[in-house]
Amino acid sequence: MEKRYCTLESNSPVAPGVYRMTLSSDQDLRHRCGQFVEVAVPEKFLRRPLSVSLSQADRLTLLYKVVGGGTAALAALQPGAGLDLLTGLGNGFDIEACRNAALLIGGGIGAAPLHQLCRDLRAAGRQVTVLLGFNTASEILLRDELEALGATVHVATADGSKGIHGLVTDALQQVRPTFDYAYVCGPMPMMRALYPLLSETSEFSLEERMGCGTGLCFGCTIQTTEGPRRICHEGPVFKKNLLPW
Amino acid sequence: MVNDTSVTLAGIRLQNPVIPASGTFGFGFEMAGCFDLNRLGAISLKGTTLEPRFGNPTPRIAECSGGLLNAVGLQNPGIDALVSDIAPRVRALCKTPLIANISGFSLDEYGICCEKADQCEALDFVEVNISCPNVHQGGMVFGTDPKAAAAVTRRARKATSKPLFIKLSPNVTDIVPIARACEEEGADGLTLINTLLGMRIDIRRRRPVLANRTGGFSGPALLPIALRFVNQVAKACRIPLIGCGGVASAEDVIEMMMAGATAVQVGSASLHDPLACPAIIDQLPKVMEQLGIEHLKDIIGIV
Repeated sequence: MEKRYCTLESNSPVAPGVYRMTLSSDQDLRHRCGQFVEVAVPEKFLRRPLSVSLSQADRLTLLYKVVGGGTAALAALQPGAGLDLLTGLGNGFDIEACRNAALLIGGGIGAAPLHQLCRDLRAAGRQVTVLLGFNTASEILLRDELEALGATVHVATADGSKGIHGLVTDALQQVRPTFDYAYVCGPMPMMRALYPLLSETSEFSLEERMGCGTGLCFGCTIQTTEGPRRICHEGPVFKKNLLPW
Repeated sequence: MVNDTSVTLAGIRLQNPVIPASGTFGFGFEMAGCFDLNRLGAISLKGTTLEPRFGNPTPRIAECSGGLLNAVGLQNPGIDALVSDIAPRVRALCKTPLIANISGFSLDEYGICCEKADQCEALDFVEVNISCPNVHQGGMVFGTDPKAAAAVTRRARKATSKPLFIKLSPNVTDIVPIARACEEEGADGLTLINTLLGMRIDIRRRRPVLANRTGGFSGPALLPIALRFVNQVAKACRIPLIGCGGVASAEDVIEMMMAGATAVQVGSASLHDPLACPAIIDQLPKVMEQLGIEHLKDIIGIV
C-alpha cells in the first residue's frame, strides 16, 4: 500500500455509464495486474475501490461504472483535478500459474483488470484467448485493446446485438478454447455459473462493498475453504480451490 | 518548548496518547509494512471472542454523511489464536503496548477470555468490550445496564491482573451509573464510546443496506457526542479514560484530552487514511507548540 497524489489527465465515458480515467504522477504507479486502488472522493468519507485496468510507471488507467453517488462524483471530475489514492492494494492475478495458454473471461465492468493481465501474459509469451460478456453491443469494452495485444477475443451479448448471442458460459461452450489456466472477473452470478465449468487451474477476482480496502476493518470478508478471508487484503483474486461454491 | 506527548495509562507509560481503536486496525500486521508500529502510543487489537467467529453476512459496511455504519459482527479467530499466535507475532514486530479487546456472550466467556489474555506475556492491557451493537446476544446487552456491567467487570477483574479497561456503549440513557459500576468493581479505566447504533435503507431496493439491518455508526460526526460522554464520565469517575469517537486530527486528540481522556483512540479515520495515526502523531508537537502546551498530560480533564 502506498499513498499517491495523482493528476487527472482524462475522464470520459467509453460506454453507457462506464468511464475511463487516466491519472499521472511523478511517483511510481506500477501495479501487478488484478490489483486495485482506493480513490478518495470529494464529499465522501469512504474511498472507492476501483480495479486497475492498466498501469505504467507514471500512468494509471481505471475503468469504472457509475453505480452511486461516489462514482458519480468521480465521473464529474475534470482533467487537471488532483486525486488522493491508496495504490497497490490486493494480491492481483498469478500470471506464473499459466504455462502456455491463458483463458481470460470478463463480464461487464469486470473486463477492466483483464487489460493489464492480457498485456503481462503476452509479454511473458503466453497465448491468450478472451471471452467477454455484455448485456448489449453499446456496452462492449476493451475488445480492440485486447486484440491489439495479440489476444483472440470473443464477445457475447445477452441480447444478441453483437457476437455470440448469450452469456460467457454459452461463449465458453461454443468457442471451446484451448488453455491451461483461466482467469475470471465479473458479476457474482457469472462467476458462480463459470465455477463448475472450469477446472482447478483457474482463479476468480471477487468484489464486495468495502470499508477500508486495506485489511483493517474486516468489512469485505468471504468464507473460503481455508476460513474467512478479506477480499481486499487476501484477495481480490482467489484460486478456485479456495472458493466453497 | 518541550512538547512532551507522553502519558501514563494505568501505570503504563505511552510515548503518545494515540491508539488505533479496536476493529479499525486489524491485528496490526496489516500496516506493519507501511509505517513503524513503534510510533503508536498503543494498539487496541481486533475484538476477540472465546470461539472463532465468521461475523455477519455482507454487506457489512454502509457509508453515511460524516462516517460509516459497520456490522462486521466480531469476526475473529478466537482467543486461543490471539494469545498463542497473533499477539506474540505482533509483539515480535514492535514494542508498542498491546491491548487485547475482549467480547463475550456470557459472563463465563468474558472470564475465560480475560484469563487467557492475562496469561499472555505479549499483551499489556485488557479492554473488555461490553458495547458491540452488531451481535444478537451478549455484547451491548452487558453495557446498557449497570448491574450487568458490574457483573462483567467483576468477572474480568478476577480473571486478570493486567490493567483492565471496560469499553462503554453510547446507546444508553445515562452512562454515568454504568461507568461508576465498572469503577466500583475494580476497572482500571474506561474506553468510551463505542459506535452509535444506526441504520441505512437502500431506497431503490426497499431494504436495509446492511445484511444485519442495523450497524454501528462511527466517523468524524461522532466527535461532539464522544466529547460529551467523556466529559460527563470524567466528572463522575476517578479512573483514567480512553476517549474514542470521531478523532481524526491532532486538534481532536487535544480536545478529547481536555474533555477528560488520558489517551485517545483513533478509529474510522484509519479506514479513510490508513496512515491517519502516524500523521496525527507527527502533528501533535506542532499543535501543542501553537497552543502553548508543554506536557500533554497537563491538559487531561481541564475542561
